[in-house]
Amino acid sequence: MTALDNYIAPTSLEQAVEQLQELGEVTILAGGTDLMPQANAGRVKFKRTLMNIRRIPELRGITREGDEIRIGALATISEIMTHPLIREYLPLLVTVGDHFASSQIRNAGTLGGNVCNASPAGDTLVPLLVLGASVELASMLDDKLFRRSMPLPEFFVGPGKTRLAPAELLAAVRIPVPPKGFVARFHKFGTRPALDISAISIGISGVLDKGTLSQVRVAFGAVGPTPVCGAATEEALEGKKLDAATIAAAAVAARDEVHPISDVRASDWYRKEMIHNMTKRILEDVSASH
Amino acid sequence: MSQQAINFTLNGVPTRVSVPVDMSALEMIRNVAGLTGTKYGCGEGECGACTILLDGVSLNSCLLFAVECDGRQLTTIEGLASDPLGLRIEKAFVEAGAVQCGFCTPGMVVQAKQLLEQNPHPTREEIQRGIEGNLCRCTGYVKIIDAIEAATKDLPPAPLPGEGGNGRSLRSGTNKE
Repeated sequence: MTALDNYIAPTSLEQAVEQLQELGEVTILAGGTDLMPQANAGRVKFKRTLMNIRRIPELRGITREGDEIRIGALATISEIMTHPLIREYLPLLVTVGDHFASSQIRNAGTLGGNVCNASPAGDTLVPLLVLGASVELASMLDDKLFRRSMPLPEFFVGPGKTRLAPAELLAAVRIPVPPKGFVARFHKFGTRPALDISAISIGISGVLDKGTLSQVRVAFGAVGPTPVCGAATEEALEGKKLDAATIAAAAVAARDEVHPISDVRASDWYRKEMIHNMTKRILEDVSASH
Repeated sequence: MSQQAINFTLNGVPTRVSVPVDMSALEMIRNVAGLTGTKYGCGEGECGACTILLDGVSLNSCLLFAVECDGRQLTTIEGLASDPLGLRIEKAFVEAGAVQCGFCTPGMVVQAKQLLEQNPHPTREEIQRGIEGNLCRCTGYVKIIDAIEAATKDLPPAPLPGEGGNGRSLRSGTNKE
């Protein structure tokens, strides 16, 4: 039996963070697609209160605010895939959605939930890292609604662990509108396209100008306790002409900077080889298509 | 476990039930509302046997908290019995022999309705992608895909207006206090 004995469904962000602060012991419910099976399997224990945040309008919607696209935490993967702003500015997220679980889960699962679950293999996390995303965190400060922003790489601490404070709610994900010449790729490798937890995933982005990559971002999934940024691979690519030598050096840098574990999905050796090969393949594809 | 009273529309019938806070919508539909067409397969969103429409959008009812149904429209396989597109898919499944043990069928039919509403003339590959969240343990996929393909014949090119939620309930006993 659980200690869960209270259910609330706040209808504004302020009300939600107020209750979060006041009640303390709260489990947050958004899409439920991770919470339900994890609770059933005993991996997550319900706290005293279940807070359903689906009735909070401030957590919905996808909008452009200045030079950023703001994706409300409750945006489902399906909503993201079909939204005109995403299709225009962040087509990488459409590709990501295509490989995300199944139609039914994409219709229910939320971006905020995927980020807060902080799985090392979370499908949206590597793409969000290479898109330079930050998270908008809401809480109460001096009896007022307070929002702070945190770059996504700082947000992840370990499997299922984030820097979200106990009385804080993830309100949105913010992504800069990409500059001219921006290219971004994501590849998820698993045993089948649908409903699979990836053995590895990899994302690479940058600005490509006359065959040279700059502002490079590289991220890897499922090769460590959190999704990780690939600083050494970025350095191997930054400002370089994207030729065979650069690509080969970047692939080696990528393999050498990840420290995966062996588990049921793949061995550490296999994961490192896949990181090497996929890095190479993605960069060759970028080089050939521009 | 505290109970929560919720109101929703189940296949067009206004319904009020009281459910434990951690109950799934699937359990509520089967054991509280008494509609057993929706099946429990895996309980973790892998198999799609429990697929329903929530406000016209397909999802796994085993992953949905019953409390989240408050104020919303649920359509189950029973509701598709009075839905033109639902009936068309049902007929196509029968004619194609797309049913072996039948356990995955309700989920397949509900998901097929969602697919054809969004894309009335899918290619075979699009049909495969559309039902990738639905498992058939008899592995009778070819006939299921044939059936969905056959159901698209004579469909108008534009998406049909959503008919979900207007179905008659097959049971009169779904309104509970």
